[in-house]
Amino acid sequence: MALDPRGAALALHRFGFGPRPGSIKAIAVDPTAALVADLDRPNAGEISSAGLLSSGAINRATVQFNAERLARERLETRRKEEAKTAAEAAAVAGQMAAGAGAMEAAAKTPDPKLPQPETPMLTNLFAEAKAHFDAALRAETGFVERLVWFWANHFCVNVDATVAAGAYLREAIRPHVLGRFADMLQAVESHPAMLLYLDNVTSMGPMSVAGIIQSRGLNENLAREILELHTLGVRSGYDQQDVTNFAKVITGWTILNSGFDPEHGGVFLFHPRLHEPGPQTVLGKDYRDTGVTQGHAVLADLARHPATAKHIAVKLARHFIADDPPPALVETLTRTFVETDGDLWKVAKALVTAPEAVAPERTKIKRPSEWVMSYLRAEGFNMVDPRTLVPTLNRLGEPPGRPPSPKGFPDDNGAWLQNLSHRLDTANAFAQNNAERVDAKDLLEIALGPLASAETRQAVARAESKQQSLTLLLMAPEFQRR
Amino acid sequence: MAIHQATRRELLAGSGALFAWAFAPKLARAEGRDPRFLTIVLRGALDGLAAVAPVGDSDWIKLRGDKALKAEGNSALALDGFFALNPAMPNLHRFYGAGQAIVVHAAATPYRERSHFDGQDVLESGYPRPTKVDSGWLNRALGALEAGERAQTPNGRRPFAVGPVTPLVVRGPATVFSWVPPRLPPVADETAMRLLDLYRHTDPELAQVMEDRMGLAPLAPPRPAGVRPQDMGPAVQLGNINLIKGYFAEVAGAAGKVLANADGPRVGALALDGWDTHANEGAVTGRLSNLLGALDGALAAIEQNMGPAWRETVVALVTEFGRTARINGTDGTDHGTATVALLVGGALKGGRVIADWPGLKEADLHEKRDLKATTDLRAVLKGLLRDHLRVEDRALAARVFPGSDGVRAMEGLTG
Repeated sequence: MALDPRGAALALHRFGFGPRPGSIKAIAVDPTAALVADLDRPNAGEISSAGLLSSGAINRATVQFNAERLARERLETRRKEEAKTAAEAAAVAGQMAAGAGAMEAAAKTPDPKLPQPETPMLTNLFAEAKAHFDAALRAETGFVERLVWFWANHFCVNVDATVAAGAYLREAIRPHVLGRFADMLQAVESHPAMLLYLDNVTSMGPMSVAGIIQSRGLNENLAREILELHTLGVRSGYDQQDVTNFAKVITGWTILNSGFDPEHGGVFLFHPRLHEPGPQTVLGKDYRDTGVTQGHAVLADLARHPATAKHIAVKLARHFIADDPPPALVETLTRTFVETDGDLWKVAKALVTAPEAVAPERTKIKRPSEWVMSYLRAEGFNMVDPRTLVPTLNRLGEPPGRPPSPKGFPDDNGAWLQNLSHRLDTANAFAQNNAERVDAKDLLEIALGPLASAETRQAVARAESKQQSLTLLLMAPEFQRR
Repeated sequence: MAIHQATRRELLAGSGALFAWAFAPKLARAEGRDPRFLTIVLRGALDGLAAVAPVGDSDWIKLRGDKALKAEGNSALALDGFFALNPAMPNLHRFYGAGQAIVVHAAATPYRERSHFDGQDVLESGYPRPTKVDSGWLNRALGALEAGERAQTPNGRRPFAVGPVTPLVVRGPATVFSWVPPRLPPVADETAMRLLDLYRHTDPELAQVMEDRMGLAPLAPPRPAGVRPQDMGPAVQLGNINLIKGYFAEVAGAAGKVLANADGPRVGALALDGWDTHANEGAVTGRLSNLLGALDGALAAIEQNMGPAWRETVVALVTEFGRTARINGTDGTDHGTATVALLVGGALKGGRVIADWPGLKEADLHEKRDLKATTDLRAVLKGLLRDHLRVEDRALAARVFPGSDGVRAMEGLTG
């Protein structure tokens, strides 16, 4: 079989995170087969949880930490009040007088936040980020990891709402990326991180025991986003009554409070006293009240709904191929999804074996995180320093774990083209720090090989400095696009 | 979790100073001082002769001709009759006049090759030759102070770094607090133009975006719904010396604020780039002059933001090596050997140029091309670390600058 290095490079950029040293050659025999082989690895999609906390454990640790901190602050306040001696007052007055001049003089520069000791929550967040990004660097083709990223964004949560956002990926997303969509859906919607993020933990049926006692009721947020974002898609035929009824179905889906149970808290709990009693009608179908399984039944039907298949197919095609997804590809993916009852392994295979997968036009701009991974991979790194990487991605407009809305980070070029000059500044800074070590011409062969245009080769070769050469390579269209 | 027990002294000092005591180096604290130390690494190799010129050396003009700073004519700022300061640095001159600046000339690390990467490695690691060690002398100096200290506050006594990348000098066993300024170092005009040219030939969509950002720089760029102004990318601007000035002042000013803070770290580092002036150096008017002006503004920003704490501060500006004594064929200078170390801060016994001047005749030059090193930069740094921060001599030779037993700490740099 003839070697296809160009197809290999394309496959690695489009479906992975770009080549590592030697990757192009390694899969040039049959790039598509290499992508499919990635799906067949044992435990594909999973990463080691060694040293990482489960969602329950990080929840409990956080509750504990916050309680201790509060106690410490109270004690501090008490101590201060007790210590108001004349001597202290004088010392404080002296300090403030000295400080005032500095404050005025300093008005012009931004205020760096004073370094604070890292909280256990932040430490955990960095550990989770590291595990996540390291997997992208170490992957051979990276296709399965890209699927993980796709689903993580499709079913996004936000670290500002839940400390379990990292554990969520390992517990609800990764085990199912090549499994059945229905299973992923069940895992996601009952996960503590999602229940916290979309406010279901405090939702209660108006006629539930707790609802009546507390005169409180529904929070529709999760039910609406499941229909609009996670399954059917917006304007796909459901109405407000469906949302309300579905919200009633999943009342009682909450978490065990770690404040009350420091040993077992932070995990999913179906609380019957919050659950709206009685049957509900969703999308014209009646679901009798069977407790927690009433929600399972609705989710199972949503997973199987044709609108869901179409919605997922469009999103996959838009993510990997083009902002305006080729209709034939969408049709193929939808059909595969429907015919296999949402078998995500088969859907992924259909994606990379479709003719559109090898189309030479590279219309999509990589997301900032993908672009940064491409650079790190090309250099041969196999681990990240999350304390450097996270601020970098924050600056590039893609703060890890902090999507702008439940819809996730945008997946169209328009959104990311706006950040081009941020990328240039970042590329320039990378180059500044690495140009002495890295030869841009070598990196070009590793990362682009036959994808590099004559113009890009010339720009890199004729740059006036190593730094400029590396900056131009990282900013070259072939490096920016999928 | 342990609850911090207040000592009587802390209560007397008031809550605002609680942590300041814990951060202050051990012996300095016993003396009632609270010393601050900042290192600024000038990456790219600063031309020391262009920053501080030996205008009293009769060979100087012969060497540099019309590119030379002169006492008369291009208004170099007089220091001590023999040396004069680049006119782009009035603030440094002011510090010098106030006894708050020292110039150490003809200084160099022990590195005698001419690779930036290796040179910076030696400069920042504190080792006598390039190593793979991932720690710098400043981090290890801080570690050397901790021996015998009582339990630390949760913050611990840690170094800090300002900038997108933590310089090696401050990396090491002690975890580094880092603060990244909102803006990155500016991109050179030439690089932006070449990129635009590449886009125009290969990718009209990207070219359009970049043209828009360049053309609309003074105006508000188009902003998609839901995106906050501060989340927008900076406009690509040409004429970037103002960007460089802004960046230098921002990172240096931020470092000043960190150091001034009552419960902040006490030692730190940042790196400023762009000193690799191979072509069209422009020491008097031009690129290097502009950069030195930006650096001068950065020093002023530090002083301003430190307030009263400036009195207890030393800022050491160091670079990996110097540049050729002569001007090369493209009106620049190539990689050389000795250069200047600039020390600034209220804690110095300043207003002096310290130099064992090697001379500029061809026979005086290192390999007949570079200013010869007569002062080991490690002696300067050891002097500062010992007398300002109170790192012990033994630790300085063993851990901070390994293999430097023969290099004696310079005496009397601080008051």
